[in-house]
Amino acid sequence: MTHVVHRPHPHDSGPLHVTGTAPYVDDLPTPANALHACFGLAPVGHATIDTLDLSAVWAAPGVVDVVTAADIPGENNAGPVIHDEPLLADGTILFPGQALFCVFAETRLAARKAARLFTLESTELPALTTVDEAVEAHSFLHGPLVFERGDVSKAIEDADYSSSSRLYIGGQEHFYLEGQGSLALPSADGLHIISSTQHPSEIQDLVAEALNISAAEVTVEVRRMGGAFGGKETQAAPLSIIAALGANRTGRAVRFRLDRDDDFVLTGKRHDFRADIRVGFDASGLIKGVDGILASRCGYGHDLSRAINDRAMFHADNAYFYPALELTSLRAKTHTVSNTAFRGFGGPQGMMLAERLVDKVAAAVHRDPLDVRLANLYNETDRSVTPYGMTIEDNVLPQLMPQLAETSDYRARRAAIIDANASAGRSPVRRGIALTPVRFGISFTTSFLNQAGALINIYKDGSILLNHGGTEMGQGLFVKVAQVAAEVLGVGLDDVKISSTRTDKVPNTSATAASSGSDLNGWAAKLAALELRNRLTAFWCAEQGIDGGLTFAQGRVSTEDGQSWPFAEVVRAAYMGRVSLSATGYYRTPKIDWDAKTGQGRPFLYFAYGAAVSEVEIDTLTGANRVIRADILHDVGRSLNPDIDHGQIEGGFVQGMGWLTMEELVYSARGDVLTHAPSTYKIPCASDRPDVLNIDLFDNANAEDTIFKSKAVGEPPLMLAISVHSALAHAVSSFSPRGRWPDLDAPATAEEILRTIATERTQAL
Amino acid sequence: MTQISMTVNGKAVSADVEDRTLLVSFIREHLGLTGTHVGCETSQCGACTVHVDGQAMKSCSMLAVMAQGAEITTIEGLAPSADTLHPVQEAFREHHGLQCGFCTPGMIMSAADMIRRYEGKLDEKTIREQLEGNLCRCTGYHNIVKAIEAAAETMAQSGETQTASA
Ligand code: FES
Ligand code: FES
Repeated sequence: MTHVVHRPHPHDSGPLHVTGTAPYVDDLPTPANALHACFGLAPVGHATIDTLDLSAVWAAPGVVDVVTAADIPGENNAGPVIHDEPLLADGTILFPGQALFCVFAETRLAARKAARLFTLESTELPALTTVDEAVEAHSFLHGPLVFERGDVSKAIEDADYSSSSRLYIGGQEHFYLEGQGSLALPSADGLHIISSTQHPSEIQDLVAEALNISAAEVTVEVRRMGGAFGGKETQAAPLSIIAALGANRTGRAVRFRLDRDDDFVLTGKRHDFRADIRVGFDASGLIKGVDGILASRCGYGHDLSRAINDRAMFHADNAYFYPALELTSLRAKTHTVSNTAFRGFGGPQGMMLAERLVDKVAAAVHRDPLDVRLANLYNETDRSVTPYGMTIEDNVLPQLMPQLAETSDYRARRAAIIDANASAGRSPVRRGIALTPVRFGISFTTSFLNQAGALINIYKDGSILLNHGGTEMGQGLFVKVAQVAAEVLGVGLDDVKISSTRTDKVPNTSATAASSGSDLNGWAAKLAALELRNRLTAFWCAEQGIDGGLTFAQGRVSTEDGQSWPFAEVVRAAYMGRVSLSATGYYRTPKIDWDAKTGQGRPFLYFAYGAAVSEVEIDTLTGANRVIRADILHDVGRSLNPDIDHGQIEGGFVQGMGWLTMEELVYSARGDVLTHAPSTYKIPCASDRPDVLNIDLFDNANAEDTIFKSKAVGEPPLMLAISVHSALAHAVSSFSPRGRWPDLDAPATAEEILRTIATERTQAL
Repeated sequence: MTQISMTVNGKAVSADVEDRTLLVSFIREHLGLTGTHVGCETSQCGACTVHVDGQAMKSCSMLAVMAQGAEITTIEGLAPSADTLHPVQEAFREHHGLQCGFCTPGMIMSAADMIRRYEGKLDEKTIREQLEGNLCRCTGYHNIVKAIEAAAETMAQSGETQTASA
């Protein structure tokens, strides 16, 4: 029996948040002479820099220092994997809004004012901004990834039916409520950087490379972020590098908080995609072959685009077996901001392809899409190998989906909706419903990233300090990992003190990303705690002449025959007996091996599953739409903390709903982000949430040896919102001729819904 | 520069500020009360909500000089004493109405004002509509709404809705 894990515990910072006393980077007290940084942003798109005159910037009141690319002592780079993203423009402007230089001034306002006073002479170069343009021009970051099985052309030709379509899937701005921010503090021992980042170790490396110093001279710390969602995995780096540079040059602390509009312009977003789909199937809707091309807008540089597009490929089948297939992934290079990680990391876009093709098939064979989905699911016998050669061993969808259909009354509601739409007459209201599954692979697909470290110190009074490489962005990672440590050491959750993530405590960590935070850091903490428990056990058994083991629970250490001592007493005795009370834990994910060259292997330790039923209503005169009800059944294994997991599921679903229905990024012809503030870029607000939202956890222990049999939960729920998009298409399909499924793109804004209704009406004539 | 004086969380404060200083900058930078957050600075997100003379206000949409003589309450001053929480704070904590917590102070200040305006008579739909000016990117608003409902009930029962805001 467990005492601390598998139980609801509120977020550890809750009491501080409600009183406004949980500091974020920009809330920290800074030395009185701290400087403020601001980038000067390119007012043009792709261009060569002829002259950049900064004399007025230098002359502006309060300006202390100004730096350009030439002033960077080491590498002028903010790119994480491939070093193709200059920190400051050097010779060429690669996208509108690129940072040209940085000002350091006495106040934030002085820095921001000065940053606008430059004179740029440039020569405009041709710009490719959309996926369509880049693919047409063969502009790619690198070569395609292709998955193949069998003879797909023949499979589609031989099939009873086939269908071809194109789907555009929009990007998404993270809109973490706390914008990007960093604080660099110089000291005799080196640089201390406090950043709002998911990846302190990477910032440490990039700072060291840019300043030409060793990583050991740079400490990066993060206590909490005000949301991140992937947007602070790599995108936090430029601010920290430049703040570090400023601190190094001036010997003064440097604060940098991006203005929200600059944040929108300067930082990457979710990749937008174009999916071309050809599918062959039989009269029952069984898929015979899939030929798909996924092309994405990566922007001007690599960032994480390779891994993101790889993951789009890993999920282009979602839950379905494609007997024959050819899937191609094109990574378009454009003159726009470099796109980046966003919850789901390409997976959601891949799944959109799968769900659209199933809807197309179902419409063509006149079946309930749920039946076609069920018929095409992976099984554990002859239909269990993914396009990349991994055999699925833990599929729960064949149980999970019917269970959800049952509890949500899907079939009866669908019948009622179809009837109501058919008899709607002149009423502008149409409804739609859809049940879609999610199967999301858990592990970093870049295999070496699947490692983590933790440090636990027990002090003489029995108190425990926990540190690990994971970062807290609101997802509840710290409380979950603390639960693990408390469980293993048999103490209360309050006895474990949580501390900020620091590169000088636990080094060489991976980003808190890929939903892996508690899987990796939970295990590392468990191993550290086990090490300490074993030391205490060995010592105490010898000391007391105990044969057999000890149990650690509820603050006490006990023998099997009922003798028991307070944990703190055993700890003090162990200290006196010269036992080390500090231990590190190190974990690496077993079993995974993925070869990017062959496109084959096991990229994931396991899969997280879920499904959602969404019912929507559209107004066919205005395109206005809303989700009336959603029912979710989601597999988090044996939940470490059901309350936190519920929150992740709900938040992920609503964020996914925003992506697919209302969040629309608009670019100018030369690639400026025109929707660069919340005034023009709409995220869901309180009244957009479905009127009814039922969330249940699917009872299922993880088949793999994960931390207390739990499953990752950060990203998978976002993709449950694909059911909303499918339901909207269903509502629109009430105007389609029989057998047709509308080509509704994402986001399904009011305009997009009206456009699609108009198309369907013409088709029906 | 203009000299301004006002009462913040019950204490008289005065300072010389540039005319263009936003109330939120005054609160955060001059007074060091950093619980009031800046999410957008364009009056869209609600993270900076405070009470000005008892009414919820986005402090980024107001100049500090406009608050001359006003009574301001920020999240740090909402609780009746150092060791008791305001019922809305208590409800947010108890109902897990937060994840990253960045929106939380603004949410709580808006909620307290909403409860006052509706004298504690709030249903879910009204709360959702009234909360449109406060964005949260982490939660799906469910627990936030639940917390506000619970706080409204507590406050209506104890007759606190008249004095929801100092
Ligand atoms: S910061 Fe004031 S509303 Fe966003
Ligand atoms: S809890 Fe993160 S924005 Fe609301």
